[in-house]
Amino acid sequence: MPHQSSVPMSWRLQKNRYNLVGSFCESCNLDIFPPRKSCTKCGKDTKEKTFSGNGTIMSFTHITSAPTGFTSNYTIAIIKLDEGPTLTAQIVNPDKTDIEKKVKPVFRKMFSDGSSGVITYGTKFKVVE
Amino acid sequence: MKVAVIGVGQTKFGEEWNKSLRDLAREAGQEALKDASLSSSVIQSLHVGNMSAGRFSGQEHVSALVADSLNIKAPSVRCEAACASGALAFRSALHSIQAGSSNIAIALGVEKMSDLGVDQTTTTLMAASDQEWEANMGATFPGLYALIARAHMHQYGTTREQMALVSVNNHKNGSANKLAQFPFPVSVEQVLNSTMVADPLTLLDCSPITDGSAAIILASEDYVRQNNIENPIWVAASAQGNDTIALHDRSSLTQMDSVKAAAKSAYEQSGLTPEKINFAEVHDCFSINELVAIEGLGFCNEGESGKFVENGEISLQGSKPINTTGGLKSIGHPVGATGIRQIVDITKQLRENSINQLNSVSNGLALNVGGSGATAVIHILTNQL
Repeated sequence: MPHQSSVPMSWRLQKNRYNLVGSFCESCNLDIFPPRKSCTKCGKDTKEKTFSGNGTIMSFTHITSAPTGFTSNYTIAIIKLDEGPTLTAQIVNPDKTDIEKKVKPVFRKMFSDGSSGVITYGTKFKVVE
Repeated sequence: MKVAVIGVGQTKFGEEWNKSLRDLAREAGQEALKDASLSSSVIQSLHVGNMSAGRFSGQEHVSALVADSLNIKAPSVRCEAACASGALAFRSALHSIQAGSSNIAIALGVEKMSDLGVDQTTTTLMAASDQEWEANMGATFPGLYALIARAHMHQYGTTREQMALVSVNNHKNGSANKLAQFPFPVSVEQVLNSTMVADPLTLLDCSPITDGSAAIILASEDYVRQNNIENPIWVAASAQGNDTIALHDRSSLTQMDSVKAAAKSAYEQSGLTPEKINFAEVHDCFSINELVAIEGLGFCNEGESGKFVENGEISLQGSKPINTTGGLKSIGHPVGATGIRQIVDITKQLRENSINQLNSVSNGLALNVGGSGATAVIHILTNQL
């Protein structure tokens, strides 16, 4: 049973996941995250852009039946970044979580590949008091 | 070119530990051939719907395996669009006949899911999402639909009870279905009090992990006429809509543009309107998705599906009976087989030999959804040409 994420895959996405490096289309003045190499509107090549990570919760759920590599329970949410794009991510303070709450980014462990495999890190989000 | 369904078959759905992938496919295929009074040697092409035999069973090249199991030497192809693989296989068979490359074809969906543990099954199903930006964040399929459910509740005031009523309706319809995995009724209280999977969705809001197969023989109008086939069920529309693979990239969390696009095309092809659809099989992988489907298909206005269900419109006696034989919830959801199973059950209604036969129906609609809504496939069938 292959794991869902290999070492090269985690390495390839490090910049995007650690620092929220997404994309920007100069022609459409459009912010894009998760990153895409062509614009979702005009199809032209995009440039890199780092996002603030500040955003608002649009929806959330507490996962009580986890896939391989994750440990129940944890909370995931769809977050609308202040710049506009939306993404899926974990929230680290579930008790404070609700729709329309403001969040900020935090650097966290994402999952591990067994007890001796690579640990993948990335950005999670914290509800701002 | 008109195309008809002339034979259908389905295995018992459930945890079938003594049956392999090939056993399931063979059984459904043989039954469809028998139903059409044909031998496998007449089949000119085979179209297999299967999501993930590679991960579930370590078996790829599934089209060849299924052809082998049925002693078919004709060209075979596998179609994959996660949980919509079955409807895509049907659509592929239809296209091969419409293109003139086959006169008679078999569409067969199969999935053998119970050989893996639950966490591995969850991981495998999650391969239908955006692996890098959804699955790797810890999202699960119940989780993605829970995000849709909470947004629907927040935006429209839909209640937990209204979602639970979808499971109640479908289990009630499935309680007489001998091919169903869970042929028993459930109450609203049982749904609400069952184990939480991804809140607000509980275990009884979720379709199960299932082994099963279903198969359909399709034939051109010429073949039907030349062979005096009795009681053909005609394909009145076949449509597909697509959207971004990740839920977070969609224009709405509560409406599926893929479903709306497929519905628009299917209604145009058939000349029908939502009001004129007699009954429907919709993709209740999670209770919330039946509500989203009811709105996307235009059976009620956006945000009003909860009330629609609460008013009993989807029951066998209602204005729009939905999932009349149990849906994914009660019958089970072998992901690659479901889209075919839906059309099998529509065919049985239109032949007037369903376990829950409706009165004077002339058409039925099937909606099969892949992933969290990236793929939507709609077929409309009719017993009148």
